[in-house]
Amino acid sequence: MAAPTSRLGTIARRLGQALPALFGVIVVTFLLTRALPGDPAAYFAGPAADEKSIAQIRESLGLDRPLPEQFLLYLKDLAQGKMGNSISTGQPVAEELVRRLPASLELTFFALLLSLAIAVPMGVLAATHPGKPIDHICRFIVTAGVSLPTFFTGLALVFVFYYLLGWAPSPLGRLDFAYVSPPTVTGFYVIDALLIGDFETAGAALAQLTLPAITLALFTLAPLARMTRASMLQVLSSEFIRTARAAGLSGATVLGTYAFRNAVLPVITTLGMVFSFTLGANVLVEKVFAWPGIGSYAVEALVVSDYAAVQGFVLSMAVLFVALNLVIDILYTLIDPRIQLDD
Amino acid sequence: MDRRKFIKTAGATALSANVLPFLKFSTAEAAPAGTAVVVIGQTLNSLDLHRKGTNRPSYQISVNCYDRLVSFGTKKMPDGSLSYDYSVLKPDLAESWELTADGKSLIFKLRADAVFSDGSSVTAEDVKWSLDRAVSLGGFPAVQMKAGSLIKPEQFVAVDEKTFKIDLIRPSKLTLPDLAVPVPFIINSKVAKKHATKDDPWATEYLHRNVAGSGAYKVTRWDPGQQLVYERNDKWTSGPLPGVKRVIVREVPSGATRRALIERGDVDMSFGVSDKDAKELAEKKGVSVVATPIENCIYCLCPNLAFEPFQDKKVRQAVAFTVPYEEIFKVAAYGQGVPMWGGKAASPADISWPQPFPYSTNIEKAKALLAETKYKDGFEVPLSINLSLASWMEPAALLIQEGLAKVGIKTTIEKIPGANWRSQALVEKKLPLHLENFGGWLNYPDYYFFWAYLKGHLFNSSNYDNPEVAKLVDETLHMEVSDPAYEPKIKRLLEIAFDDVPRIPLWQPTLNSAMSTKLTGYEYWFHRQLDARKLGKVGA
Repeated sequence: MAAPTSRLGTIARRLGQALPALFGVIVVTFLLTRALPGDPAAYFAGPAADEKSIAQIRESLGLDRPLPEQFLLYLKDLAQGKMGNSISTGQPVAEELVRRLPASLELTFFALLLSLAIAVPMGVLAATHPGKPIDHICRFIVTAGVSLPTFFTGLALVFVFYYLLGWAPSPLGRLDFAYVSPPTVTGFYVIDALLIGDFETAGAALAQLTLPAITLALFTLAPLARMTRASMLQVLSSEFIRTARAAGLSGATVLGTYAFRNAVLPVITTLGMVFSFTLGANVLVEKVFAWPGIGSYAVEALVVSDYAAVQGFVLSMAVLFVALNLVIDILYTLIDPRIQLDD
Repeated sequence: MDRRKFIKTAGATALSANVLPFLKFSTAEAAPAGTAVVVIGQTLNSLDLHRKGTNRPSYQISVNCYDRLVSFGTKKMPDGSLSYDYSVLKPDLAESWELTADGKSLIFKLRADAVFSDGSSVTAEDVKWSLDRAVSLGGFPAVQMKAGSLIKPEQFVAVDEKTFKIDLIRPSKLTLPDLAVPVPFIINSKVAKKHATKDDPWATEYLHRNVAGSGAYKVTRWDPGQQLVYERNDKWTSGPLPGVKRVIVREVPSGATRRALIERGDVDMSFGVSDKDAKELAEKKGVSVVATPIENCIYCLCPNLAFEPFQDKKVRQAVAFTVPYEEIFKVAAYGQGVPMWGGKAASPADISWPQPFPYSTNIEKAKALLAETKYKDGFEVPLSINLSLASWMEPAALLIQEGLAKVGIKTTIEKIPGANWRSQALVEKKLPLHLENFGGWLNYPDYYFFWAYLKGHLFNSSNYDNPEVAKLVDETLHMEVSDPAYEPKIKRLLEIAFDDVPRIPLWQPTLNSAMSTKLTGYEYWFHRQLDARKLGKVGA
């Protein structure tokens, strides 16, 4: 079978197709950031600065040049892998993204794993017992999860598990002071600590991760559970299931092999969507837990018109999105051989 | 293993297993002895105050890791807390200083034992390089230096290794205090020059990430956006060594989380808490709250003279009489601060500053005043607030809106994002009616007036223009306070401000910090950032 090579070729082709889209993203973010009201030079000159010092800053930021020239300079920097310096944090944007993205990814991945572990079984149970108590419980949890704003859930969890009970560690970001962050391999503290066999640090990182992950999981539970339930219901009522049952296959085989495998595709699609919006949208969770993630970085940058940071953020999210869609498409072909990547 | 030993071990195991679930995670306790953990809501963006774009919270590096030529003394406030003392200038790196006989230069003698944290001696050359840098890099540092009449490198002369001279462009009372603010900090120029390049002669890239000073602390770790770790500099010579070995400053954006942390005793201090939290935390056990009125700072309502109705003094006065001061103070400031309304007479009794203006809520008087103008039926005006300061501006604006409505002035509240505030309110000065929060570092009324009452000056967002005020400020700005002409001139200045009210003072705000009762040595400074130089811990 030539499948692996053709798959690689397809992946390359897909990545090639993404280039024009990425360029579009670059142009649009560049223009949008410039169209924002507010003058970054005036803002960063500080409250007591005079006209002269504002002009100096404008010049040093290159904002005194015409837009097309600024854009070309930006492209040139990008081609060399430079994303510029964020003025608000004083750090190179690329460095900051490399440091903050893993924090967000670790949190989001963990939250989604947690969410999947609860949502899928719950959705399946609700679909196999429609109208029964388990279905109602599922509906209740889903409604509650989606209708409680994340910062509220976050604060409530902090209040109960940290403030009142003292079970959770201080909500002070990724690691407590007592620990030193593990050497970076993946950027995920838990995994990096495990890689060097430091179980204590891994445990501490996991403890820090728990409350924010539960907060996010509660929020992402809803679409996943609903989607599992709906698509299971649909599949269970279809003819091939009836045929399988009639043929005397065991309940588990029908459910696991036939029904679930067919029902899981829309769940994967939903998962991809939930993942991408969670990554950017967990700003409030990051604030509550002092999590040094990418969402709060982007929002702060946007508020102060920090062009380089906003552009870097949008671009990296776009790249991530392209990669994610590709991964999901590949997952499809693994789950359902009828689907092919080729166009 | 014999039986007895077995039972003992088993018992111990059982005991520890029993205890384990009750072992609570406690950051402050987990931190090694001699460490103080401080949480702040903002983020530090540089270790170098002179760099362009360095934000306020980063000024604490200059305070804690560097020294200056001179410093301010310390005084006890009426509530027993500590505050810097503006009236006392004390030696820092300079052991003495004097004005030359011709009054044209200041000569500083550097302390013989003063060393940088790498052990090298602090020389006049370092001082010159640092002050040159402060006036040469532009931006806010240059503006602040200029306030002290320090404008160009030629003014700074290294006479010999331990003698430093400043040539004055004019005698000014502001020069010495301006040398004690965070801006003119003294850098180890030998280290800095090693990292300077042709494009970057002032080593801004290096000092942005590294500290090269003689101050009380060194920075051992900086994770931007997360934390900063100070380690005591045991070679510090400008004061008694801090009582703690390490200070960890953690950035926690959520106010509710910061409050939970300090209430549970997991951190030693929450620096800069909201008025509401200050009021409520003060009642908690184990937590003490220090609220210090911020010197030379007033929260104001500013009617803009570019907006026609406010050109009439009587309309401004009428507005000042509609403001429900007490309610605003209760609701927006939670009673934290000093009232700036209800002054007794139309002329000031003394030159204390800030002091209450002779206005209080009096709708009848406001109506009467307005009836004397052509706006007796009122008018419409937008009332603008800065979203970044919404916690006090929003409730204050709502109450002001209610008050104005009683005399027929209709307002709509406009919320302006923080990034745009500065250009709209201060640079373009185009907001007809808005709230403002200027405070001056150098604690003189004439300095406040210089920034907030002179035409074209940044914080004069009311577009106020009065030749007499301009003349008085010009005369008093550099004049010694002991000069007999000073007091009458300032009194006149205040009198005009009372009568003309281009700025309607609401209250003088406080800087609040909540700390564990075990923490000692917290001191308020005008720069409103953490000064960790005197911190200590009982039992550590």
